[in-house]
Amino acid sequence: MQVSMTVNGERVTREVEPRILLVHFLRDELNLTGTHWGCDTSNCGTCVVWMDGVPVKSCTVLAAMASGREIRTVESLEQGTQLDPVQEGFMREHGLQCGFCTPGMMMTARWLLDHNPDPSEAEIREAISGQICRCTGYENIVRAVRWAAAHPATQEVGS
Amino acid sequence: MQVPAPFDYDRASSVEEAVALLERHGAEARPIAGGHSLLPMMKLRLARPERLVDLNDLTELSYVRTEGEWIAVGAMTRHAQLAASDLLARHYPIFQDAERVIADPVVRNRGTVGGSLCQGDPAEDLCAVVAALGGQVVLRSSGGERVVAARDFYLGPYETVVAPAELVTEVRIPIRPGSGSAYEKVERRPGDWAIAAVGCFVTLAQGSVADCGIGLAAVGANGYCAPQAEAQLRGQPATEESFRAAAEAAAAGCRPQSDQRGPEDYKRDLVRELTRRALRRAAARAMAGGA
Repeated sequence: MQVSMTVNGERVTREVEPRILLVHFLRDELNLTGTHWGCDTSNCGTCVVWMDGVPVKSCTVLAAMASGREIRTVESLEQGTQLDPVQEGFMREHGLQCGFCTPGMMMTARWLLDHNPDPSEAEIREAISGQICRCTGYENIVRAVRWAAAHPATQEVGS
Repeated sequence: MQVPAPFDYDRASSVEEAVALLERHGAEARPIAGGHSLLPMMKLRLARPERLVDLNDLTELSYVRTEGEWIAVGAMTRHAQLAASDLLARHYPIFQDAERVIADPVVRNRGTVGGSLCQGDPAEDLCAVVAALGGQVVLRSSGGERVVAARDFYLGPYETVVAPAELVTEVRIPIRPGSGSAYEKVERRPGDWAIAAVGCFVTLAQGSVADCGIGLAAVGANGYCAPQAEAQLRGQPATEESFRAAAEAAAAGCRPQSDQRGPEDYKRDLVRELTRRALRRAAARAMAGGA
């Protein structure tokens, strides 16, 4: 079947089987490998992308179900050569070690900050509670999101 | 890589079209809402529909509103919307209690009320909530509409009265002035299915329990409810002693099974304790003028 959606602002159309999951569509059809494919069971959250402005686990959404929708992936965070404050925060606060969970974590963090610019530690932990990190013990991820909250995009990042 | 077996896909643009598609394709066609129960089952070949009818364009089924003496919740309302509903928070805080512990925030962005009820997982929190509140389920087919009491909606685990060409469109909860409600759950880790969970409402009149409902998840209760415990509590003073007696009845009346989540006697203990806590909290909310 033909699916057609907007991915990071760009219209894409592909012929796929109805059973193809959104995560594989993004990675294998569009070569957007920033979105990671993890547990396959909507537990680990590394595959989180936005669909019509809402974070979803793309291992549990069919590409067919995403047809006609707007998808935003981790590749869209960077603006030109400017990192998103969330990316900068993960870098500065060592919010990752192996990096496997990072794309999902960052997409959820970006959504959280868009809706709650100054989240408490508890709110950050709640927001990422559907995502699993096996390296950081979450401490540095929380610090990374806090860093991003303290350095919103309008500010000169890196100054 | 877990991918479902091949199937055909249709997207319905109205309830009528969804029902017509289900009718045309028979029992091998299944509706898909949030997909967070059905897709995992299809990946594991526990379900193998030949055709999916996608309901996600049916925004007409996404609402929480009052209709006369009822609160009506559209079947395509997402968990996240339930959690954010001021109307539900005002009348039935049990929904917010439960939504905080159903899966995780990202899953709650997708999962729907109708999907949760139709999946009929024995540990589904929302089934216990709707059973506790004595809700009704509205079903639509080409022949019209029928309404089934939530407690009669289940034939057994994962099995409901929904016919192949029928669609759940709405859940209704009676509004009960002077009531309070609460949900208590114990799980192995955040976002997991319950080891045991108890939800309830109580309506108080002059310090007595004029009416009540008790719902149980994950402990093998028929229709997710505890009728003996409710009968035990109705008409009794709203005291710790009455709650304890009802909790004993709830623990005695359910049929938990030993599994990887815990042994049977532990689950029964949980039901006893969680029933008491839920009743205590619901009564406190009723007295504080919750609804």
